[in-house]
Amino acid sequence: MTSPTGPNGSSATTGTFTLKKGLAQMLKGGVIMDVVTAEQAKLAEDAGAVAVMALERVPADIRAHGGVARMSDPQKIVEIMSAVTIPVMAKCRIGHFVEAQVLEALGVDYIDESEVLTPADEQFHVQKHGFKVPFVCGARDLGEALRRIGEGAAMIRSKGEAGTGNIVEAVRHLRAITSQIAALGTMDDDGLERAAVEYRVQVELVREVAKAGKLPVVLFCAGGIATPADAALTMQLGAEGNFVGSGIFKSEDPARTAKAIVEATTHFTDADLIAKVSRGLGEPMRGLSLETIPAVERLAARGW
Amino acid sequence: MTRAGVLGLQGDFAEHLHTLRAMGVDAVDVRRPQQLDEVDALIIPGGESTTIGKLAAQYGIIPKLLARVEEGMPVWGTCAGAIFIAKDVPGHPHPIAGLMDMTVERNVFGRQVDSFEADLAIAGIGPEPFHAVFIRAPRIASVGPGVTVLAALADGTIVAARQGRLLATSFHPELTDDQRLHQLFLSLAKG
Repeated sequence: MTSPTGPNGSSATTGTFTLKKGLAQMLKGGVIMDVVTAEQAKLAEDAGAVAVMALERVPADIRAHGGVARMSDPQKIVEIMSAVTIPVMAKCRIGHFVEAQVLEALGVDYIDESEVLTPADEQFHVQKHGFKVPFVCGARDLGEALRRIGEGAAMIRSKGEAGTGNIVEAVRHLRAITSQIAALGTMDDDGLERAAVEYRVQVELVREVAKAGKLPVVLFCAGGIATPADAALTMQLGAEGNFVGSGIFKSEDPARTAKAIVEATTHFTDADLIAKVSRGLGEPMRGLSLETIPAVERLAARGW
Repeated sequence: MTRAGVLGLQGDFAEHLHTLRAMGVDAVDVRRPQQLDEVDALIIPGGESTTIGKLAAQYGIIPKLLARVEEGMPVWGTCAGAIFIAKDVPGHPHPIAGLMDMTVERNVFGRQVDSFEADLAIAGIGPEPFHAVFIRAPRIASVGPGVTVLAALADGTIVAARQGRLLATSFHPELTDDQRLHQLFLSLAKG
């Protein structure tokens, strides 16, 4: 895409995959926090968040509220965009390409095509290559991650089970992705072709991942992070950064919890430091055991 | 043999390390002040300048960095790193190291959809244009008397500058395969 009014005359190009994926590269080692008001966005920025996710409700409240969860009110998103200087992300429903068009028109910096909202299409995710704004998508395993990348996602996150404060699903998803990548590394070309068929993606993408030993885009963890130790756990398991949703503003002391999770994400191998920032933080969000959530209410099962 | 450090608090430090190692340079990430004594040159990577500034201040990196620069250690800031090493960043109430005599303005080109790639002529790296990647980039609004402008966009916006052993770029050479700016920077450590 060439923009004739670009800052360097006619030679500036915008909306390339390098630029889309590049912003996620700049977020690595950082924490992206869910916020529902401009005040929360400021608090997140002051705590050292690398970006915020502008929402009407955090996932724990979406879960409690029930009904159809949609894209947030643009007014709310714009308020949050004007409150902070860090990037602002917002969620659209799976397959709802018009919500995505609206978010692009608002100028959000990243769109999360998210299972936390009620899916709009049971057959197709948004075709993301056509947008100038980058997309992040959730994945439970390597096949899901690669299908999203094939559609144009420029960043992948684990799905986890949002709004539970329970890290078990995110750990399962991260382990699935990293172990399946490692398995590709041991395969010959026939094996890679079979894997591409199984994952329903182009074999070139599978070959690229096998060769690099990692996804071609940044991998974050999301879904269930509630403590600094959770944040460091996901980093040690191979995540390149963390999304924290309900875990911050459903805790007893959001400002301190936010700051502690940022520090634990940076110094994720330093147990002394994680111990220090975890002391006396107060109650984390209450959390839900996965067994208490009926299968139909599990958000991670949305998308394919 | 020069040992290069990349500030590893947050951002795309792994990409800088990858470029340096591909050039055969001994490169390490730096997260603690005492590690600054173990490197001969330091790159501040791209990332979120608010986050990098806060973490650097919190862990005592800034005074140690000032001392090492005083001793002649070269420092290169790319994008967020350029913000971090600038003397003046208007409207940015977050910690910076304030090393280089220039004013840097954040997010001047717009939001992510306005991020762009462009070919640049850069002084000191040869005649071939440098393909530069600008992501929510800052600009160098003005420079002090001791600072040389190395590159500007067609409209005159300054995007690369040097002051002695300090280097600043608004863009991300670590996101492309062109190693010429990394070479230029490493030559400052030897000079």
